Amino acid sequence: MTELPEGPDARFRHHLAEGRFMIQRCEACGRHGFAPRVLCKHCGADRLAWVEASGKGHLYAATTVRQKPEKGGDYLYAMVELAEGVRMISTVVGTAPDALHIGDRLRAEIDDTPRVIFRKEGTA
Amino acid sequence: MSMDLRSTAAVAGVGLYGLGEAPGETHMEIMARAVKIALDDAGIELAEVDGLFTTNMNNLLAGPSVAEYLGIVPRVTDATNFGGSAFVAYLQSASMAIAIGLCEVALICYGSNQRTASGKLHSPVEPQPYEAPYQPRNPITAYALATARHMHEHGTTRRDLAEVAVSMRDWAQRNPDAFLRDPLTVDEVLAARMVADPLSVRDCCLVTDGGGAVVLVSAARAARMRKTSVWVRGFGVAHTHKSIMEMPDLTVTPAAISGPLAFGMAGVQPADIDVVELYDAFTINPILFMEDLGFCAKGQGGRLFAEGHTRPGGRIPVNTNGGGLSCTHPGMYGIFTIIEAVQQLRGEAGARQVSDCTLALVHGNGGTLASQATGILGLER
Repeated sequence: MTELPEGPDARFRHHLAEGRFMIQRCEACGRHGFAPRVLCKHCGADRLAWVEASGKGHLYAATTVRQKPEKGGDYLYAMVELAEGVRMISTVVGTAPDALHIGDRLRAEIDDTPRVIFRKEGTA
Repeated sequence: MSMDLRSTAAVAGVGLYGLGEAPGETHMEIMARAVKIALDDAGIELAEVDGLFTTNMNNLLAGPSVAEYLGIVPRVTDATNFGGSAFVAYLQSASMAIAIGLCEVALICYGSNQRTASGKLHSPVEPQPYEAPYQPRNPITAYALATARHMHEHGTTRRDLAEVAVSMRDWAQRNPDAFLRDPLTVDEVLAARMVADPLSVRDCCLVTDGGGAVVLVSAARAARMRKTSVWVRGFGVAHTHKSIMEMPDLTVTPAAISGPLAFGMAGVQPADIDVVELYDAFTINPILFMEDLGFCAKGQGGRLFAEGHTRPGGRIPVNTNGGGLSCTHPGMYGIFTIIEAVQQLRGEAGARQVSDCTLALVHGNGGTLASQATGILGLER
């Protein structure tokens, strides 16, 4: 029996576990895509290569989800647009939600989960 | 050449049951009672139903489950689950089935007991692996992101959103079936408890029980009906994404596709429409849909509501029953847009009747602004 390659979903997670934030770029049309998939959502080709994400992006939209303190308190749920032109759901740490604005420049990091999170450029 | 499906089907009967609270009844019981009311309204026997168009939040195999409960063996069934837009989308599949002779009497139906059963919006959503690590609270977190983006790009304000809620409540006060009928002010909406900024609890649709049913018949059958026929003049269905993350533009919904399809088929324009019934899951929805359907320019939806044009006496009445925000929202609201439009077109809407109402637009929304279905219903064929 032929051994089949690991699927893009598992591959993304394995990259993340290795501390790498990788996204797909289509070798046919040159565009990036997210979430990971088998066929390019732009052109339908099946030649999606893994490339290191630049980690640069900006806050595209955000909401503060209100939650009782005993359940963990309020948290930020954000949509980030990467420099590669794709959007993902994430959160922004290190800055109070009130001090964040759509358009703010962000950079990615990987937390202990592991998951991709963002921090405002110029903050520690 | 494509077949012209305009006015191949007409609404012959509608039924509502258990809007608000229907304690002690299952979703199927609520649905079946609405079906009986719609069939009696049409003067058609249950055994004559040969097409079934249904989905719900309870049954994975809704077609077989609903047909079994009703005791019917449909020649054609469409139980596609598009989310709450499904029932408006069924105007398309039912018209297709009737046009090619697969059925003569098409039943669209829905029921839910979500309020008395759990008190929460019942939405058995599948896992979203690329959202889950960030604690989404779907659907509201997705709608909150779209709202925030619309405010950023077009200057829409929380006050504009509040005006949407107040417009719906103004209509609800004229509807004895509406769940919330107390007066509501913009300031009250602005002061309401925040759930996911910029949306407060008063920006969210209700959680109620309720059932609805619509009976569609062929043109030949329509000629023998006792009530005024309401023709399905046009329809359009579109979806561009499932996760809000993959929505092509957070401020433009697939209503910008489904709307022109429906208008094109019907041969009419937004200015010809007398009443709009749309799916207002959150206060941003009517703003987005009125823009995308062509009733105002992109970015002007908030102003349309703030200036009062959608309220009783306004130039383009929207959600004359009070909508999902103030009338009823039993999980999937789409079917209620059709029922209210039919009542308006027949002149049966009582204190909320829009005068000279001959052409209505209905619009369903599913998922997180994902699937959109538009229908145009008219008295003229």
